[in-house]
Amino acid sequence: MLLEIKNVAKHYQIGNNTIKALNNVNLEIEEGEFLAIMGPSGSGKSTFLQVASMLAQPSAGKIKLKGRDVTEYNEVERSKLRNQEIGFIFQQFNLLPRTSALDNVALPLLYAKVSRSERDRRAKAMLEKVGLGDRLSNTPAQLSGGQQQRVAIARALVNEPSIIFADEPAGNLDSKSGNEIKQFLIELNKEGKTIIMVTHEPDDAQIAKRLIIFKDGEVIDDSKITTEKQIEQKTKSVASEVIKKKRK
Amino acid sequence: MIDIFLVAIKAILVNKVRSLLTMLGVIIGVGSVVLLTSIGTGLQAYVEDQFAALGTDTIYVVPGTPFGEGGGFGGSTSMIESTKPILKKEYLKDILRDNRDVVKDGVLMAIAINKAKYGNNEKKISILGTTNNYETVYNTKAEKGTWFTKSNNEKKDQVAVLGPKVAEEFFGEVDPVGKNLKIGSKSYKVVGVLEEKGGGFGGPSFDNYVYLPLETMYEDLDVQYIDNFTLEAKEGVEIKTAIKAVEKTLLKDLDKDEFTVVDQTKLLETIQGILGMFTIGLGGISAISLVVGGIGIMNIMLVSVTERTREIGLRKALGATPSTILTQFLIEAALLSLIGGIIGLVIAYLGSLAIQPFFPARVTMNAVLTAFGVSTVVGLFFGAAPAKKAASLSPIEALRYE
Repeated sequence: MLLEIKNVAKHYQIGNNTIKALNNVNLEIEEGEFLAIMGPSGSGKSTFLQVASMLAQPSAGKIKLKGRDVTEYNEVERSKLRNQEIGFIFQQFNLLPRTSALDNVALPLLYAKVSRSERDRRAKAMLEKVGLGDRLSNTPAQLSGGQQQRVAIARALVNEPSIIFADEPAGNLDSKSGNEIKQFLIELNKEGKTIIMVTHEPDDAQIAKRLIIFKDGEVIDDSKITTEKQIEQKTKSVASEVIKKKRK
Repeated sequence: MIDIFLVAIKAILVNKVRSLLTMLGVIIGVGSVVLLTSIGTGLQAYVEDQFAALGTDTIYVVPGTPFGEGGGFGGSTSMIESTKPILKKEYLKDILRDNRDVVKDGVLMAIAINKAKYGNNEKKISILGTTNNYETVYNTKAEKGTWFTKSNNEKKDQVAVLGPKVAEEFFGEVDPVGKNLKIGSKSYKVVGVLEEKGGGFGGPSFDNYVYLPLETMYEDLDVQYIDNFTLEAKEGVEIKTAIKAVEKTLLKDLDKDEFTVVDQTKLLETIQGILGMFTIGLGGISAISLVVGGIGIMNIMLVSVTERTREIGLRKALGATPSTILTQFLIEAALLSLIGGIIGLVIAYLGSLAIQPFFPARVTMNAVLTAFGVSTVVGLFFGAAPAKKAASLSPIEALRYE
């Protein structure tokens, strides 16, 4: 078991009101899974992402990562855990401005205290993997949206994390770039990466293997089983769209 | 640590204009502290040089206790009271007679102010009445003409020796030797002009005096007092021993608090003490601008933390711990301040070179090191609040921040 979420709740206190963003959430995620998390706004899917990715601490329940109970980890421990085990892909890309693609990708390695030459080597390899081997020294302003998100993916992968959290990864992109990014995620999952993706687009969710639907802070649907054929179909549908767009 | 350092340097370089504006306060602060203290230390060194030129074997006997107990001010007798006739000519004779083994020679000195006139040129001058051996005791030679002689003094001849500045003021290009200078109601024949010596800090320079034979001055200018005896210790004699011996002789005629025997170390200490306070005062005033500069750094850093909230959130999400963020911003503030300090130092150094023709400014190694230290500390101190703010940001809130 890679990630085990047991009876997790997250409550916020705003004035005299308690907002129950998450209620009694139970999820077990195995290595190599690809989850799409959906739900209307305010359903708790973003809060779930924050809690599951160790950005926030749950108010109740237990979180186990690779069998380790990480619920009570303090801020420093959670920072280190995120650094080693979690990769983030954001809707807004969140690249450092005026900083080269190479340095952006190498950022998690900086906090992992990897030597400069090793950082550059690994960041370069990752950028090559996402097809930006010739854009190492470009700053975000010199890259298109799709390219920026690819830099962000390279950054999410550079520490070889166990789980990748993607928050609307295609949400800020035109459909062509969005499809490219989705294709990337499919490839990554094929290579064995565990991906948890929050989205509100059913079209985006199709690329995942397992669909979780949140409502009012609870999981209301968990359709676990997806046949290989269906996945292949999904892959093809995205791929054919890419080809269609290229022809235009 | 080196990596965090580089991150901080990059943050400074990325925003060059803002960084420069942030530094401005520190630049001005350090610049003014260093420049003003350089003026103070320069003055101290200048005074020291002037005293060294007077010779180290000189002892002064002055009335009252103008230097106080600890070498500062606050003596029981003020300078004005000291013009009362306490010292008498006979005391010098006693000193020279009783202390032949330690005191080589001594001169009497009395100072007065009067009007002098040559042609149409009339102005107030300082007159120093003394004896002919002033030449050797003060090691002051006549550049033109000669000093007045012992017999000039005994016969109360109306002769004068001029300091070079006075000579120039009254006679300009004309050679004053042989000319007559009118002082008060009488005319004095100029017999010599002295070489330039400078000095005279806090009063007229030795170059600005007109020197008259003491007896002539007593007779003509209605002066009866002695301002001081200047004694020359014998070579090889410990100056303190000489002072003790002179004091012993004088105590036969005078009370302990009616006179002071000092060498120039004491004089120097007193003046250096005053100048030291002056330097500290100047430095202190300009240090206020350094504090203002520090507050400037704090302001801009606080704005910068707000502006970079997303960046901080991202760094934290990717694994930066609060202490890493804290260190990054502290280093950034310290570096900004330090670079500002270096720029300020360079400006102060150039400034001190620029004023050197008019003022003896001197930038010391001490001032340089202090400037570095202080600007770093200012950066760390005023960078602490913004850095803490950055370190305590929640990554979720920070990432959501627009």
